[in-house]
Amino acid sequence: MDKTENNRAWLLVIPVLLVVAFSAIIPLMTVVNFSVQDIFGPGERVWVGTEWFEEVLADTRLHDALWRQFLFSGLVLLIEIPLGVMIALAMPREGWSVSLVLVVLALPLLIPWNVIGTIWIIFTRPDIGLMGNTINRLGLGFDHTASPLDAWVTLMLMEVWHWTPLVALLAYAGLKAIPDAYFQAAQIDGASRWAVFRYIQLPKMRGVLTIAILLRFMDSFLIYAEPFVLTGGGPGNATTFLSIYLVKIAVGQFDLGPAAAFSIIYFLIVLLFSWIFYQVLQNVGRGRA
Amino acid sequence: MARVEMAELAHSYRPRPASDADYALKKMTFVWEDGGAYALLGPSGCGKSTLLNIISGLLRPSEGRVLFDGRDVTALSPAERNIAQVFQFPVVYDTMTVAENLGFPLRNRGVAEAEVRARVAEVGEMLELTPMLDRRAAGLTADQKQKISLGRGLVRSDVAAILFDEPLTVIDPHLKWLLRRKLKQVHERFRRTLIYVTHDQNEALTFADKVVVMHDGRVLQLGTPQELFERPEHRFVGYFIGSPGMNFLPCVATDGGLAIAGVETPLDPSLAARVNGSNGTLELGIRPEFIELHETPTPGSLAAQVERVEDLGNFRLVTARLASHELKIKLPEGQALPAGTAHLVLPPAWARLYRDGRLVG
Repeated sequence: MDKTENNRAWLLVIPVLLVVAFSAIIPLMTVVNFSVQDIFGPGERVWVGTEWFEEVLADTRLHDALWRQFLFSGLVLLIEIPLGVMIALAMPREGWSVSLVLVVLALPLLIPWNVIGTIWIIFTRPDIGLMGNTINRLGLGFDHTASPLDAWVTLMLMEVWHWTPLVALLAYAGLKAIPDAYFQAAQIDGASRWAVFRYIQLPKMRGVLTIAILLRFMDSFLIYAEPFVLTGGGPGNATTFLSIYLVKIAVGQFDLGPAAAFSIIYFLIVLLFSWIFYQVLQNVGRGRA
Repeated sequence: MARVEMAELAHSYRPRPASDADYALKKMTFVWEDGGAYALLGPSGCGKSTLLNIISGLLRPSEGRVLFDGRDVTALSPAERNIAQVFQFPVVYDTMTVAENLGFPLRNRGVAEAEVRARVAEVGEMLELTPMLDRRAAGLTADQKQKISLGRGLVRSDVAAILFDEPLTVIDPHLKWLLRRKLKQVHERFRRTLIYVTHDQNEALTFADKVVVMHDGRVLQLGTPQELFERPEHRFVGYFIGSPGMNFLPCVATDGGLAIAGVETPLDPSLAARVNGSNGTLELGIRPEFIELHETPTPGSLAAQVERVEDLGNFRLVTARLASHELKIKLPEGQALPAGTAHLVLPPAWARLYRDGRLVG
């Protein structure tokens, strides 16, 4: 086919460029701006080069927050993905119960994130919370404001309760899209329940599970509102994740330079891991991994 | 290999079928002989897939029993019945190689690894899949995938029957011929009982030794392609088989004969005795291939108006009007065609008489 040069075509791209510029590029560049300069006020700035980056990378509290963050995201993926798939497999395929199950599953996803934190604060309070009080009555001391382990348990419970339904819904959509003939063929081939899952359901869910893993990784790696409301990063620094620490630097200490440098590193980590997950999952599907 | 028998079988998708119309399959008793190549032919929605799924065990009939070699298998699963089925859309296990796909039904049954390999190699060779045995099944074309589905059916040496549910629907036309020929070869070599569901009469007539025509949940006729063509037992069979289908002319029984559009023709006395005095609608059926067309009246001929002529290459298709009835006539190439009024002769050897849709003689 012959191509004709027509520079007016660029006009058609302008609206998108504008939207992306204002929503992503300009704010990002502002952060870059702050990360390489010391800015005191309008017109007063000093070029500092990589100083903020070096400072941030040497910060041991940030290292701790980073490992904590990896532990958290790792646990989230390890628990939520298999659990979500199991829920999807157990969900009814047809009938009136489908709508009921879908609505009940979707409920946690509809609640504002800071409200989720508040719900779980009340739920786990040792004195009046249903869960906290029950556990304490059983003789197991439980207080997420005092014990780091209890704080983590509460946080994981909240996270799993909040987001597993998303994984389940995605997996369910993937399962529903498999034509009946596959299950009939498997039945005729004498495949076991496990073989059906391993060779039909799991491969057919690869696309939606890729999405689920990426979403859950990014979301859990960037988590802020729920732990902020529930534990505020404590007790001590036990649940101070990257974003909580970042806000402490930027808003609490008003160190905008290091905070900007930190933001860029944070962004690059998320980008890198998302890319790795994506590549690995794609290659699994093509049998190269 | 097995003789498949259906005893008093009926199926309804409704929980409490009240009338005949609620049944997808009306009560039937029917036998598929061991080693036969059957085509199950009928229009969409006539119940042929339902019947197939009942034979394979994917569906449990609401009434009646299914017997394999006299053994009641109604309550058994497809795996227990040891049946193979190939579906309309090719089913392959994407993450496996072609060879693993072919060996899957054997491995599931715990067959020894050496035998699995031998069987896979044999089936792969027969279906011309050998060069791609180690490739992943995911990236193959539809016809190759369908060959794999077929191969999974053939790989087990002890299957009771192999069932096909319109397996060539998604295959390119020029490959359909190849696959159909493969199926025939497979049948000649293994002599398994094959049941092939299709709504395409060409496919049915070229593939099968015996064709079963279904309509509206009933088996109307079981016969060789020739029998279906020459002696359709039901009006629907005559209409459904052949292109175009059989012509039907209403007629009236008279003393010792038949009156078609006012013209009386003599009738065989034994047949006349069966027809005469009975009530019900009588129709004369004749295939477009057998109607003779004359320019001048002959004794017993019927005058008809030629309305349309379509040249279809090796024959001409004439549409003629006899009183208020339209008739299709296939005219061999080269035969003269009268303009306006033509005189039709319906040779008694090819004319069939139907009462209420059923063949009388």
